[in-house]
Amino acid sequence: MLEIKNLHANINGKEILKGLNLVVRPGEIHAIMGPNGAGKSTLASVLTGNQAFEVTKGDVTFYGKNLLELSPEDRSREGIFLSFQYPVEIPGVSMVNFMRTALNEHRKYKNLEPLSATDFLRTMREKKELVEMDNKLANRSVNEGFSGGEKKRNEIFQMAMLDPRLSILDETDSGLDIDALRIVANGVNKLKTADNASIVITHYQRLLDYIVPDFVHVLYDGRIVKSGGKELALELEERGYDWIKQEVDGK
Amino acid sequence: MSEDILDQLTQSDYKYGFTTDIETDIIPIGLSEDVVRIISAKKNEPEWMLEFRLKAYRHWLTMEMPSWAHLEIPKIDFQSIAYYAAPRKNAPQSLDEVDPELLKTFNKLGISMEEQKMLSGMAVDVVMDSISVKTTFKESLAEKGIIFCSFSEAVEHHPDLVQKYMGSVVPYADNFFATLNCAVFSDGSFVYIPKGVRCPMELSTYFRINAINTGQFERTLIIADEDSYVSYLEGCTAPMRDENQLHAAIVEIIAMKNAEVKYSTVQNWYPGDKNGVGGIYNFVTKRGICKGDSSKISWTQVETGSAVTWKYPSCILLGDNSSAEFYSVAVTNHHQQADTGTKMLHIGKNTSSHILSKGISAGKSQNSYRGLVKINPKAENARNYSQCDSLLLGDKCGAHTFPYMEVDNDTAIVEHEATTSKINEDQIFYCNQRGISTEDAVGLIVNGYAKEVLNQLPMEFAVEAQKLLQITLEGSVG
Ligand SMILES: Nc1ncnc2c1ncn2[C@@H]1O[C@H](COP(=O)(O)OP(=O)(O)OP(=O)(O)O)[C@@H](O)[C@H]1O
Ligand SMILES: [Mg+2]
Repeated sequence: MLEIKNLHANINGKEILKGLNLVVRPGEIHAIMGPNGAGKSTLASVLTGNQAFEVTKGDVTFYGKNLLELSPEDRSREGIFLSFQYPVEIPGVSMVNFMRTALNEHRKYKNLEPLSATDFLRTMREKKELVEMDNKLANRSVNEGFSGGEKKRNEIFQMAMLDPRLSILDETDSGLDIDALRIVANGVNKLKTADNASIVITHYQRLLDYIVPDFVHVLYDGRIVKSGGKELALELEERGYDWIKQEVDGK
Repeated sequence: MSEDILDQLTQSDYKYGFTTDIETDIIPIGLSEDVVRIISAKKNEPEWMLEFRLKAYRHWLTMEMPSWAHLEIPKIDFQSIAYYAAPRKNAPQSLDEVDPELLKTFNKLGISMEEQKMLSGMAVDVVMDSISVKTTFKESLAEKGIIFCSFSEAVEHHPDLVQKYMGSVVPYADNFFATLNCAVFSDGSFVYIPKGVRCPMELSTYFRINAINTGQFERTLIIADEDSYVSYLEGCTAPMRDENQLHAAIVEIIAMKNAEVKYSTVQNWYPGDKNGVGGIYNFVTKRGICKGDSSKISWTQVETGSAVTWKYPSCILLGDNSSAEFYSVAVTNHHQQADTGTKMLHIGKNTSSHILSKGISAGKSQNSYRGLVKINPKAENARNYSQCDSLLLGDKCGAHTFPYMEVDNDTAIVEHEATTSKINEDQIFYCNQRGISTEDAVGLIVNGYAKEVLNQLPMEFAVEAQKLLQITLEGSVG
């Protein structure tokens, strides 16, 4: 579904992604690990069309479409979802209003009628249960005053509402307590089908005990420098990144 | 009232076809004692009304246009303005002649064809439907003894009330623009709610037609007698064009013991084009007095229009235990300038006031909040809480806050908070990532920001106002 070829991207004139390649097929879960500042969040931003980043080279296709030509909102409507590392607060905008606007935009894109109020609220309720989200949170403004963990849970709730084909989870595990981690991971697993795929960015092998990846990639210095199965995550946990850095820099 | 509207509409239509009639109806441009006399005579006013106008006019001659506001106003030549609303000469004949941008906005707001024509200044027939609505409306108000009519009608039929209260809140010598209004006011509305009566409906949208014809020097007087309640709604979300660039209105509100008046405005006069050409200058004096004990006045305003806005709806808290509120959203875009806020004058004991101002600036606009909270020496235990927030869209616009406080009683508690924030690219991207376009995202964020104020508006008006905020800011981000 997703094909990234030789992707280069800058921010403020500084090159962050330096020729990144990745192929994701339906039904797969890809974990991306790597040291701080390697470019993991940058990859997520570029895939979702954040204008702060400039793509200087390379191609990205999503189901055959040139993704880089699409506006951020159309990428979302095509089914790309990002669970943000740092979700923003939008004061005064209720979760209900926000989610209904988003969902109906997705439906319009597919030439579907807007959901009726009852159907919408029913969907909200179902999905809230999936991530065991507190009713009170859903009645508040988007992320306003949410704790770090509550924000992350809210991201997965939104993912459940929008039912994406490709979800990118950027450190969704950080800031979650042990129970919340399990709940959120379970939510992600329940949403998993043979037709959708996930890219899971994380620093901790722990998450991968719950969300079992088909592939683990190491992103270092703007490139994927090593790929393997889920055992690679265990090895990284044990040995850190130095040996990989040496392998790469030594070349 | 309905007759009045009909007359105005049909007459101007009629006259339009007869050039000679128009000629005779034109008063020379400019302002003089003669012009004031002619205006009064044309309206068949009694002597006392003429005297009031003349007194104001003579005083106005001694005054100068104020310059303290944070506004850049080109010099206004008061002798080049027509002070009596003659039929429009260059009114469009069909919607084809109307600015397509304006029509687009009308359509986005969902305004009917008929209304679109009226708003763009065309002469139209009043549809049967709305006449019957108005008649039933008038009847049910009359049953309760409520008087709701044009100012001219009130001068004719309720001279005692007008004489007693006109100028009692905004004196004829109050300020340059108010004094001008006193001399040349065209028409406006009059409301009287008798003792113990709760007005059963919002005095509202019904006014759309009326508002078009009241002209540039509008005058409103609202009197709520003891234990009464009224919610009054002025203005209209549709951008109204007017050949008259200068507007100077007066609104006076009097709340007797235990009475409550809620006054809501949506002001969307033509702001000029993207380069700031041709917009309306709006200089308004609005003031209410909580005259009786435990009375309450609340102002809610949504200001999106006009090239220049100068407006400070204020309250005099005279009665003990009286309270006042001011809720405002002022949006400026392109080259618009707004200097708006409120004054709360605490005189009675245990009086309280609450100010919530939300400014939103975009483009190259300038948006200022100016507020005065004054606690008189005798106002024991007065309370005020003010919050003034500014939201900036882009970096070529300006937001300014000028809060003044004069506290002459030690028991008073006066609190002021102010914030300035920028609409955040990250918030917009977050919305984009959920499938929401930038335009809709700005709408969501701005409406979220202004929510506490919009919540004060009557329901159907609030929905329109939300759309209006979004449309006003279209194209200002991204
Ligand atoms: N707005 C910005 N301006 C300048 N540099 C930036 C900006 N955003 C990111 N960078 C830089 O880009 C590089 C990659 O950042 P990125 O956030 O993609 O790293 P990451 O792999 O997600 O790291 P972490 O594990 O800490 O989340 C870093 O060196 C970072 O400082
Ligand atoms: Mg990151």
